[in-house]
Amino acid sequence: MRGPRLPGRVDAVRPASQDAGPVPRTIAPALATSHPAFASWLNRLAALAVFLAAWEVLAIVAGQATLPDPLTVLVTFVRALPRGLGWHTMVSGYRVVLATVLSVVVAAPLGLALGQSPRWDRLVAPLVYLSYPIPKIVLLPILLIFLGLGDASKISMIFLILFFQVLMVVRDASQSVRPELVHSVRSLGARRRQLLRYVYFPACLPAILTSLRVSVGTAIAVLFFVESFGTTAGLGYYIIVESWGRLAYAQMYAGVVAMSLLGVGLYIVLDVLQKRFCGWVDVGRL
Amino acid sequence: MIEVDRITFGYGDGPLFHDFDWSVGAGESWTVIGPSGCGKTTILYLLAALRKPQRGSVRIAGQELRRPRRQTGLILQDYGLLPWASARENVALGLRLRHEPAARREATVTRWLERLGLGEVAGHYPQQLSGGQRQRVAIARTLAVDPDLLLMDEPFSSLDALTREELQDLVVDLGIEGSMTVVLVTHSIEEAVYLGRRILVLPSPPIERAHIVANPEAGSRSFRGQPLFHERCSQVRALVEEMRDARA
Repeated sequence: MRGPRLPGRVDAVRPASQDAGPVPRTIAPALATSHPAFASWLNRLAALAVFLAAWEVLAIVAGQATLPDPLTVLVTFVRALPRGLGWHTMVSGYRVVLATVLSVVVAAPLGLALGQSPRWDRLVAPLVYLSYPIPKIVLLPILLIFLGLGDASKISMIFLILFFQVLMVVRDASQSVRPELVHSVRSLGARRRQLLRYVYFPACLPAILTSLRVSVGTAIAVLFFVESFGTTAGLGYYIIVESWGRLAYAQMYAGVVAMSLLGVGLYIVLDVLQKRFCGWVDVGRL
Repeated sequence: MIEVDRITFGYGDGPLFHDFDWSVGAGESWTVIGPSGCGKTTILYLLAALRKPQRGSVRIAGQELRRPRRQTGLILQDYGLLPWASARENVALGLRLRHEPAARREATVTRWLERLGLGEVAGHYPQQLSGGQRQRVAIARTLAVDPDLLLMDEPFSSLDALTREELQDLVVDLGIEGSMTVVLVTHSIEEAVYLGRRILVLPSPPIERAHIVANPEAGSRSFRGQPLFHERCSQVRALVEEMRDARA
């Protein structure tokens, strides 16, 4: 997604008497207006700078013991990475990525099938309607009973949350594919599987990626919760048990930064996938 | 080429066609015209096997039609292009579905893109093309698979007058070059007369019999300027009005 173009403020406020001659501009706005991608990164860097400045001020107000300043946390983060933090991040990453992939692999074909078969949709829709609004996190004790304390229950929890999101959007997207499009591709000799590959799946892909982008924050939040007990691996464990429980606040903040980076990283991956495979959406639909 | 044998078909509120017969010879070019809602598009969908008759049968090239034939090309009014694929990828679609080897596929696609003047916009998405260019892509996509039967459903009705005439001329040229059987549904009398050597004039439903106008002069670019063209248009117009009023 392109960031907003920075307005040429120098031009906007220059007095009429200067209209005849060239007006000097600062380099950044000139570059920004001619390169929207550069402007977008500039905006992100500015946002990061504001965030770090606010953190610094809060650290001074609250005191280092409660809220270490960004530099202290950064140093702790870099030191902690090879001493366990990196490994915990990888475990958390593995859990959330596997759950995400599984949810798409299971929910997307099911959503396509429901979207294509009104009879199956009529049968399954009431079930989805009833189970969709249930906060899936309350099912955690049940998952723990059935699947134990290991990875299976944690991955299943995240899977359940993403599964319903993907199922709903894929079903709706495949129902909204125009019949003329299907007719014209069928008339070229497409079999059912080819229709799924060349029509329904690409038609649903933007919706799948959007739903994942929307849900990735929730997935990470749930991951943090399910990792905070009954395990010895993952960022939830690292933050709550290894750091907060031992009053190692700088280390705790390093864990928080790692979890945030995990979320941002996943979001960026989804964003890149969307740009790579769904560029046509920005051009506009027919 | 096409044998429509005593078909009955309707969507629920009475049949559109009732014991309807029709026969089209190989290499002929037909246009189908009639009042709105008479079933022009439906007959095309029946020929494309996108609808199945409730009674009777449709035979194409001697085979009873049970599912869409790979040798039948269908061009729709709204182009039916994949919005997520470039013009080149859209033209390649039919060949890809037939698992055509990549080198041969690309050569065929390039040839048709050039033939229809789409070389410069080959990398564009359909949304970035004009209506005329989109319809050219749809035509290129259909012709790239070398069909023996070309079905067109009001293909030029949403285009401006100049582009419409340009594409009508293209169809005339393609008809001269190839030996395809062509059935084109239209609501434009001029288009029906310009492109169809035989014109099927459908009455209001339920349709048991239709009127056929022989129009052997069609199929050449010069026909549009001749007095006979206008006479034929008047004749078909009178017939369409008669068919419409007969039921009213």
